[in-house]
Amino acid sequence: MKRGFDRMDTERLEIEGLERIDDDIWEVPTGYKPGMRVPGRIYLSDKLFTNLEKEAVDQVANVATLPGIQKFSMAMPDAHVGYGFPIGGVAAFDAEEGVISPGGVGFDINCGVRLIRSNLVKSDVDGKINALLDSLFKAVPSGVGSKSRIRASESELEAIFTNGSRWAVEQGYGVEADLTHCEGEGCIEGGDPAQVSAKARKRGRPQLGTLGSGNHFLELQYVDEIYDPVAAEAFNLKQGQLTFMIHCGSRGAGHQVCTDHLRNLTRAVEKYKINLPDKQLACAPAQSEEAQAYFCAMASAANYAWTNRQIIMHHCREVFEQQMNMDADELGLNLVYDVAHNVAKLEEHDVDGGKKQVYVHRKGATRAFPAGHPDVPQAYRDVGQPVLIPGSMGTPSYVLCGKQSAMDVSFGSACHGAGRVMSRSGAKRTFRGEQIQKDLSGQGISVRAAHPSVIAEEAPGVYKSSSEVVDVVDRLGIAGKVAKLMPLGVVKG
Amino acid sequence: MKKYEFIEHTADARFKAFGATAEEAFANAAQAMFNVMIDTSDINPQITEYIELQAPDLENLLVDWLSELLYLFEVNMVVFSRFEVFAIEKKGLEYLLSAKAEGEPLDLEKHVFDTEVKAVTYNDLGVQITSQGVTVRITVDT
Repeated sequence: MKRGFDRMDTERLEIEGLERIDDDIWEVPTGYKPGMRVPGRIYLSDKLFTNLEKEAVDQVANVATLPGIQKFSMAMPDAHVGYGFPIGGVAAFDAEEGVISPGGVGFDINCGVRLIRSNLVKSDVDGKINALLDSLFKAVPSGVGSKSRIRASESELEAIFTNGSRWAVEQGYGVEADLTHCEGEGCIEGGDPAQVSAKARKRGRPQLGTLGSGNHFLELQYVDEIYDPVAAEAFNLKQGQLTFMIHCGSRGAGHQVCTDHLRNLTRAVEKYKINLPDKQLACAPAQSEEAQAYFCAMASAANYAWTNRQIIMHHCREVFEQQMNMDADELGLNLVYDVAHNVAKLEEHDVDGGKKQVYVHRKGATRAFPAGHPDVPQAYRDVGQPVLIPGSMGTPSYVLCGKQSAMDVSFGSACHGAGRVMSRSGAKRTFRGEQIQKDLSGQGISVRAAHPSVIAEEAPGVYKSSSEVVDVVDRLGIAGKVAKLMPLGVVKG
Repeated sequence: MKKYEFIEHTADARFKAFGATAEEAFANAAQAMFNVMIDTSDINPQITEYIELQAPDLENLLVDWLSELLYLFEVNMVVFSRFEVFAIEKKGLEYLLSAKAEGEPLDLEKHVFDTEVKAVTYNDLGVQITSQGVTVRITVDT
């Protein structure tokens, strides 16, 4: 499969110190940076390669220096420079000999995406999109400083940190089927409220059911194309069908958990004599008290995020019922799936011919387990786990399904989105929110946002092409394309 | 003398802040961070928060200082615009900071937010002390 390189390619390869080992696979050799324990692997097409920043490659190499890393330090096709890990970074660490690092998860713990299908088709919402968006914008507080109408008590917060989405369903925010169609049934076991500081609780208390800001959104979409009819049928998706997507995370609670434990782990690095190329990669041996305290707190924040998305979904369902004047059964707003894309999980993987417990860190990467895997919901066990890839505002989103190669190539992981190519400040210099809003409206896509600058920051032009990113994952056999979703209306955080 | 300057970074906001002393550079870093979120020139300093922190080195102290301000902003709903670091001192193995931050209550009718700063990272973090003064370098997650 090796391809002949033209002169340009060769020059570029020398500059980057990368070796191309297959059409879409670039290796960062262990000689790239002192201390690398394993090579890096970056999954990119030619076109995406041109957008790769050197700092992102350096970050892949930095992660490769961490103790106990298995096989490769990886970056998905949507990779771009982050802090600590690159965005799109995946790494697995031996559960005994390895480390756990908050830098491999990020501040927005369990930022993720959930997709809801419906019994409606695109034409059912003709002339109603603006009213729907206005009501959604009201029902789901968004933007900086927005507060929820829910105030969780101390005991409720503890239940949320421990049980995740189940708490929300028990309180009437949803139905049992929402749990069985969610990654990990909306919970990471081991969430321990005792590891969540008073500060994180204080931030979490007034924010349940809020969207936050930045790249978070609610999106009204329709199924534009089906690539895999068998998987689409299993996911209950049909051509022309109306779908709804929610993208957000653990809000201030998650940010504070990461801040608190990074602070703690920065001090542990010295204690355990770990050499770090970047302080944001602060970590501790996986079984140490410090690492386990972080893991339990991270699980709590992840559980908060699932609860948050569950409550948001519930409020959105209510809006649809009112605006469409239909009941829940008629609407059929059922959860297709919910994936985390900033998280660390203890999983079993095949390494060097044997089974091994590893902490898989996915920082801007989605789990992509294949058919037959016990962690794939029963309803999808024959086709593989749904992998949800949101596009940028105004561009298509994709539904894929996890494939066997993911287990060999990427510890069961795929990309998480389009991936930025332009900074937020650059975006604001280049684009005007009002103009973008007008352009999108011309394409039949309505946008609501707390302020136009958010629209400029998230303009379609600041992201890589979601189609290009998804095609690489599809070609590598990590996840196969199932359906393409086109946006109709967006509520920005 | 320039108080701070922004550096291009794809996903996040990165900046340098300057001062004749560490106290000044830390105060200017706070100013820079709040200006990522909002134009602070229109904010009327009517609420004062006093802050005391300690950390094993200046870099950790800088992260703790900015993180504390983000926490107070979110929980007490105060938009800060004026910062004064009274002292940064080494005591035993720890560095101590005492400071105040002034601002006004968050008012979503009045305050137009730009990019929300989610958290302060340790990535590319630096506190550089020379005979010319102090330069700090910070990347925040947005």
